[in-house]
This record gives sequence, C-alpha cells and structure tokens, in this order.
Amino acid sequence: MNDNVLIKVEGLKKHYKGGTIKALDGIDMEIRQGEVVVIIGPSGSGKSTFLRSLNLLEYPTEGHIYIDGADITNPKVNLNRHRQKMGMVFQHFNLFPHMTILGNMTLAPVKLLKMPKKEAEQMAMELLERVGLGDRAAAYPGQLSGGQKQRIAIVRALCMKPEVLLFDEPTSALDPEMVGEVLDVMKELAKDGMTMVVVTHEMGFAREVGSRVVFMADGMVVEENDPQTLFANPKSPRLQDFLAKVL
Amino acid sequence: MGAWFEGFKANAGAWFEDFKATFRLNFIEDNRYMYLVNGLKNTLIITVFAALLGIALGIIVASVRTTFDKNEESMRMRNKGLYIVMKIANTVCKVYLTVIRGTPVVVQLMIMYFIIMASSTNSVLIAILAFGINSGAYVAEIFRGGIMSIDNGQFEAGRSLGFSYFRTMYHIVVPQVIKNVLPALLNECIALLKETSVAGYVSIQDLTKGGDIIRGRTYSAFMPLIMVALIYLIVVVVLTWLVGKVERRLKVSER
Repeated sequence: MNDNVLIKVEGLKKHYKGGTIKALDGIDMEIRQGEVVVIIGPSGSGKSTFLRSLNLLEYPTEGHIYIDGADITNPKVNLNRHRQKMGMVFQHFNLFPHMTILGNMTLAPVKLLKMPKKEAEQMAMELLERVGLGDRAAAYPGQLSGGQKQRIAIVRALCMKPEVLLFDEPTSALDPEMVGEVLDVMKELAKDGMTMVVVTHEMGFAREVGSRVVFMADGMVVEENDPQTLFANPKSPRLQDFLAKVL
Repeated sequence: MGAWFEGFKANAGAWFEDFKATFRLNFIEDNRYMYLVNGLKNTLIITVFAALLGIALGIIVASVRTTFDKNEESMRMRNKGLYIVMKIANTVCKVYLTVIRGTPVVVQLMIMYFIIMASSTNSVLIAILAFGINSGAYVAEIFRGGIMSIDNGQFEAGRSLGFSYFRTMYHIVVPQVIKNVLPALLNECIALLKETSVAGYVSIQDLTKGGDIIRGRTYSAFMPLIMVALIYLIVVVVLTWLVGKVERRLKVSER
C-alpha cells in the first residue's frame, strides 16, 4: 500500500424530492491505491448509493469526486474514459445474456481499448482459468449458476485492466453455498494488490480482507477504522447496535 | 333413393351453373378481375411503403423518448443545452403519439388528402404518408416497450465498462430488443395491411375498393366481397406463417 490517492470524495450529497430525502448527506473519503475499503451499514444507509456515485451511475446533488485527480462531476471531464478505469460488479451480475462468456469478456476491451480480438480472447481465457471457469468460455450466461455468473462478472470487469474495482453487494443475490467461491476470488484479488471498494453484508470478509471498514448510517459515515479495531471496539452507539444485530 | 339423388344432382348442377355465371359476370366479363389485381397491387404498395416509413418514424420517436427517459438526470447535470433540446423533442414525440393514437386512421387519411396534401394528385403517395405516419406511432411504442423491458442493469453494466449511452444501446441493448420486438413488429404490419382497406375513402382503388366497384357494376355483392375477403385472408395467413417461422427461429438461438 502507498499514499497514492486514487479516489477522493468531497462533500458528496444526494437528495431526492427537493431535499426531503437525503440518501447521502455529506461524505468525504479518500481511497488509496491497494486499499480494500469495505462499506457496511443497515439497509437504507446509502452505502449502495455512495458506491454507485463513485462512477456516476448515480448523480450526486452536491460534492465532488476526483479520480486520479480529475473531477468527474465536472461535465467537461470525459466520464466514459474514467469509467473504463473503474470496474464494477453488481448484485445481479448483469452479464449480457445474448453473448457467450468469452463475448461478454472481450466486448469492452476490443471495442473500447482497441485490443486485437486474439489478444483479448487470450487474456479472457487466462482470467477464466484463474477463477476455475476455463471450460465455460463458450457457454451463455443462462447456463451458469449464480456463483459462476458472479465470478464471470468479476473477470469481465478485470478485462478492462481497471485501477479500482467497485463491488455492490456481490454476494447478496447468491445461494448460501455459492457465496464462498465468489469471496475467494475477491480475496485473491485483494492479495494481488487490487484496489477495491466493497459494499457487503459479509462481516467475515470485512474483518479478514478489509484494510479499512467504513460504517454508514443515514447517508453519513458514522465510523471508520481498521477492521480489528472497528469490530472489537465500536465507539458509536449506532455501530454497536448494528454489530449486535449482525454478528 | 335414386330419385332423391337425381334431384340432388339436378339442383347441384343448377347451382353450379348459377355459380359459374355469377363468377363470369363478376370477374371475367369486361376483365373485371383486373379491379382486384390492380387493387391488390395498390394495397401491397401502400402497405409495404407505409410499413417502411412507419418503422423509420418509429425508430426515431422511440430513440428520442427512451434517450430522454434514460438520461434525463445526467443531461440535466452535465449538459443543460442538450437537455432542453431533448426535452422539446420528447414533448413533440409525445404529442405526435397522443394525436395519432387518439384519432381514427380514416380521419387522418382524409385530413391528409383533403387538407394537408390537397394540391397533390398522387393519392397512393398520400395514403403511404398517412398510413406510415399512423403506423409510426404504434411502431414507436413497440420499440419503446422493447427497450424499456430490458433490465436497467444491462445499461448500467455497459456504462460501467466505459461505453457511452449510444454504444451501450448499439452493442448491448438493441441486439436483445430486436429479438423481443420482431414478432410484434410483424403483427403491426399485418394490422396495417388490413387498415389500408379504408383507402377507398380518398378515391384510391385498393383491393377493397376494387371489389366494391365490381359490386356496383354487377349489382351482386356476394361474389366480389367474399373474393376480396379471401384475398386478404390469404395474404394475412401467409404473413402470419412467416411470423411464426421467425418466432421459432429466434427461440432456437435463445438459450
């Protein structure tokens, strides 16, 4: 880990209905290269909204988001170019059902990075082997289990060689027996030094892999710390209450 | 038994002779069948070109409507000028859809013929315009429904990989939409074919009008009108068979 700040968030607010609903209410955060930031919190706390704001799938009402120093909330900044550097893994996988696994993985690198098709396919195959799905390259998403789909979604994002990966509750839509295989892939990635921001309910993962855990409630960061301290020694009553319920 | 059969034969023979005579009167004499042939030709010309115009209009209107709906927030935040232009375009499309779907096609056809294009004498062209503009509204809603039925996660996945909105549509959404809307689109064409039967209102000799002219000449309604119905039916059955074939083809490639 070094001090190279990849993502910097300043005063991020997201209001609905003229400010009566405050999904995000002023968030500041810095995410450095190699960090695994795990965001936890009760449902409705704004953690998914925050994550989706990082690549502007949600438009903040106020505040700034700097990626590599460029403010992506500035309309003049090329948003698509910056999104290429931020891979995203969704709760519901969102694989493209009309393409094979290989097609899913090579589409963006070939069309956006102008990578030769051969090279993209070779890279995709290597990644598939790494997550143990080398034999499913020609399959369609509909033929895979949830855990397999999510592993594909992760390597699809990796094909763009992103600087950071955003995970939006990646295991919440999975059958319990498939959660492990997805978390294993994520642990591997963390070990390889991938910068990750993870919204999850998997406290075990947060404790084991997180370099920092952020607890959100009511659209604000209530408490953040390294996982050992945060889980062993929660300071705010909100976090104590939350941990008492989930652990 | 024998007597009954003889009677039947005589009756049937008389009926058949009668049938032949009416048939000759309605279709053969004075080459009256040409009314149907030319009528069918006009009906098909109007249907085909109106369908093409309708599809073109439908794609444009559906694109404007869905682009606005899907990007309203981002345009408002990032490009005020584009937002205003798209909002106006979207409103124009909405008015078009409301007016066209809220008024009868015959009235639209007559307005086109007697008011908007009153100076033109090319009535087939007028019919193509009227039916095409009418069909465009329905085709637009078919396309829009098809696009909206695609899970928003597909858009988000495309955008998160770094594709622009239009490239996301092109590479990811539209290929899925086409599969979904093709049957509905072909059904719209079948409906259009039957709707063109009101073209006679503006003195176009389409298939229906052709049969009606024969009826006026021969004073026999049964034979020409049944024949007209039969011809429509055959064309529709052939088209329906085609729809079924396409639907089955799409199902095979679906997994």
